[in-house]
Amino acid sequence: MSLLVRLRPVAFVAALLVIWQVAVSLSPVHILPGPWEVVGGIVDLIQHGLLLKYVVASLFRVTWGFTLAAVLAIPAGLTIGWYGRAEMALNPIVQILRPISPLAWIPIAILWFGVGDLASIFLIFVGCFFPLVLTAINAVQSVPAVYVNAGRNFGLSPAALVYRVLYPAVIPQLLVGLRITLGVAWLVVVAAEMIAVNSGLGFLIVDARNAGNRYDLVVAGMVIIGLIGLLLDLGMRSLEKVKSLRWSYSEE
Amino acid sequence: MSLSPSPETKLTAERIGMVFKRDGNSTNVLRDINLTVGRGEFLCVLGPSGCGKSTLLNTMAGFLSPTSGEIRIDGEAVRGPDPRRIFVFQERGVFPWLTVEGNIGFGLFKLSRAEREQRIAHYVQLVGLEGFQKAYPAELSGGMKQRLEVARALAVNPDMLFLDEPFGALDSITRLTMRRELLRIWEAEKNTIIFVTHDIDEAVQLADRVAVMSDRPATIQQIVEIDIAHPRDIGSARYLELRHGIFDQLGLAHKV
Amino acid sequence: MNSLVEPRKWEKFFWPVLACVLFLALWHYLVIWSATKVFPSPLAVEKGIAELARKSLLWRYIGDSLRRVALGYGAAVVLGIPVGLTLGWYPAANQVVNPVFQMLRPISPIAWIPVSIILFGVGDTTAVFLIFLCAFFPIVVACVDGVSGVPAMYRQAGRNFGLSPVQLLSKVVFPAALPQIIIGLRIALGIAWLVVVAAEMIAVDSGLGYLVIDARNSGKRYDLVVAAMLMIGIIGLALDLLFRRLRNIRSVRWGFRHGT
Repeated sequence: MSLLVRLRPVAFVAALLVIWQVAVSLSPVHILPGPWEVVGGIVDLIQHGLLLKYVVASLFRVTWGFTLAAVLAIPAGLTIGWYGRAEMALNPIVQILRPISPLAWIPIAILWFGVGDLASIFLIFVGCFFPLVLTAINAVQSVPAVYVNAGRNFGLSPAALVYRVLYPAVIPQLLVGLRITLGVAWLVVVAAEMIAVNSGLGFLIVDARNAGNRYDLVVAGMVIIGLIGLLLDLGMRSLEKVKSLRWSYSEE
Repeated sequence: MSLSPSPETKLTAERIGMVFKRDGNSTNVLRDINLTVGRGEFLCVLGPSGCGKSTLLNTMAGFLSPTSGEIRIDGEAVRGPDPRRIFVFQERGVFPWLTVEGNIGFGLFKLSRAEREQRIAHYVQLVGLEGFQKAYPAELSGGMKQRLEVARALAVNPDMLFLDEPFGALDSITRLTMRRELLRIWEAEKNTIIFVTHDIDEAVQLADRVAVMSDRPATIQQIVEIDIAHPRDIGSARYLELRHGIFDQLGLAHKV
Repeated sequence: MNSLVEPRKWEKFFWPVLACVLFLALWHYLVIWSATKVFPSPLAVEKGIAELARKSLLWRYIGDSLRRVALGYGAAVVLGIPVGLTLGWYPAANQVVNPVFQMLRPISPIAWIPVSIILFGVGDTTAVFLIFLCAFFPIVVACVDGVSGVPAMYRQAGRNFGLSPVQLLSKVVFPAALPQIIIGLRIALGIAWLVVVAAEMIAVDSGLGYLVIDARNSGKRYDLVVAAMLMIGIIGLALDLLFRRLRNIRSVRWGFRHGT
């Protein structure tokens, strides 16, 4: 690729920033910040040591909620998917619980855990648990019967069948599910922090608005949320490229 | 090299019947199949697509239990799959998450590491996959994957092999090579092979005996003994005669 | 999987009903056992739903939520599909726009609330805008992936038969990408339903999300909170089922595995 072609996305971003700046300076009411002010806001946050503190707070909640959900949901989903009757039985319940916005659990989270870290971890857990259960169920059910039959043919015990055939066979699908769910967790933590706690990037946005209409900090918070979300996504994607996990992607 | 079925019996199928029930409809797939296979014999099961050959093979390997009748191997009733008899799958059963070595070593978990490595090396060489030990199946051609699956089966030293149209997806040149390889391996290892195919030439080239199946519900129409020594001359009069006989049996015309 | 044993007809009803009954019984007895005064039992929730229906709040709130989803999601579909198809058709354009999309996508739609309140004030438009935002990106991405995933062979075949670019897009590329696009539309609808509830909890004063927060704030009516959650779940499921129907339409069925 020539340098010119590589620079095109950069030029596009620059053009958007210029349009943004011009639009802000032309608008009669000055509420929304321009890109420079946002950069200033980010610098402000760094200087007050708030940026690192809030990022760590948000990541801490995401890590716990997401990990807890993965540890419980994946074995549960794999088991349910393996036993056809269990899937038949539990499917309606999971299907009804899944589309409930994690935020709708806020009153219950606060009732059970009070305002604080536990409540927001619970919300992230709820937001991740049901999609992950469904991913795991689908992953098991789409393992080709040939693999299972071949494993049985070589005389594997049920436990060996699980970790030598089933587990490697579902890994690629699970990774995709985990990546998507991590994105969901990141969406939920921001929302949860806007309501249920007083630290983190979501809190930053609400607080900056309520305490003095500091919209430069609001947009700075949004930019940082976007950046970290992007990094999380890239991290999960690079996990999908690990060679021993990669088999299903190179298949095509 | 024996031409007649060996006196020792390896497998007997007695009055096998199979009925599939789905959504209230029942389909009669197999009806009253009786078969005896000798130790070390190469038997081809030949029939049109979808006639139930694979179902029969799956019952012999213990993946399906027949609705009626019984299959006995070495005098014992078949209750489930067994590492002494390996099934080579129609839809490539090699594990895409394991390398060539990993696949061949898959069934060797009871051996010591040294033994396992030696066995793997032997079968890599036997099926001609040297240099690809570390490759993943996605990097192999169709023929190589098929050989890999055969090697994985042979590595556990099975006394029986079930092959379900194993060369169906290969091009005709690779298919010919694979047939020759299979015969070479069979003569070296002396396993009992049951080979399902819809290809008349394949059956006549490979088998000691060919069991010709009818359309559904499948029964065995006839068992044809192929009394030609290997390597077989596919232009010989006897070959053509046997081939034409089977054509007639299946109700096909000799001219296109 | 273990599907060699076909389940009998009665099992298809028996097991789900059994699981639901067990679930409700467990819930009921946990409430009794823990002697909680706040958390409602299933019966209380049922009464709560009846009460909402009597006051005719239920239908009004459901209607409000569905209207917002219809508007925001509709706008995302109408704009997202053409944008996605165009970007998929011109890889160079996609390469330029992609980094911006990647940045905007992971920003929680909820984080846009302050900004959208400035732009549109408190009210319906804000909620609709948030739904639009969260549905737009998945739809565009699905279209781009769908179009760029169409095998070159299909395009060549189309060109071989002398199709104009417009015909090529409408007769070959779009139908070939359709199954992928439908998956994207379904995911986007699921997200829209999650976001409408969140938006209603913060930015407006009607709808099922508002019901959740209002029932809690005005008098700790947790029976109504759970009733609202249940309605959210059932409607979300209904929307999803409606969408799954789409997969059975003949012209897209080829793209989905049989039996699912």
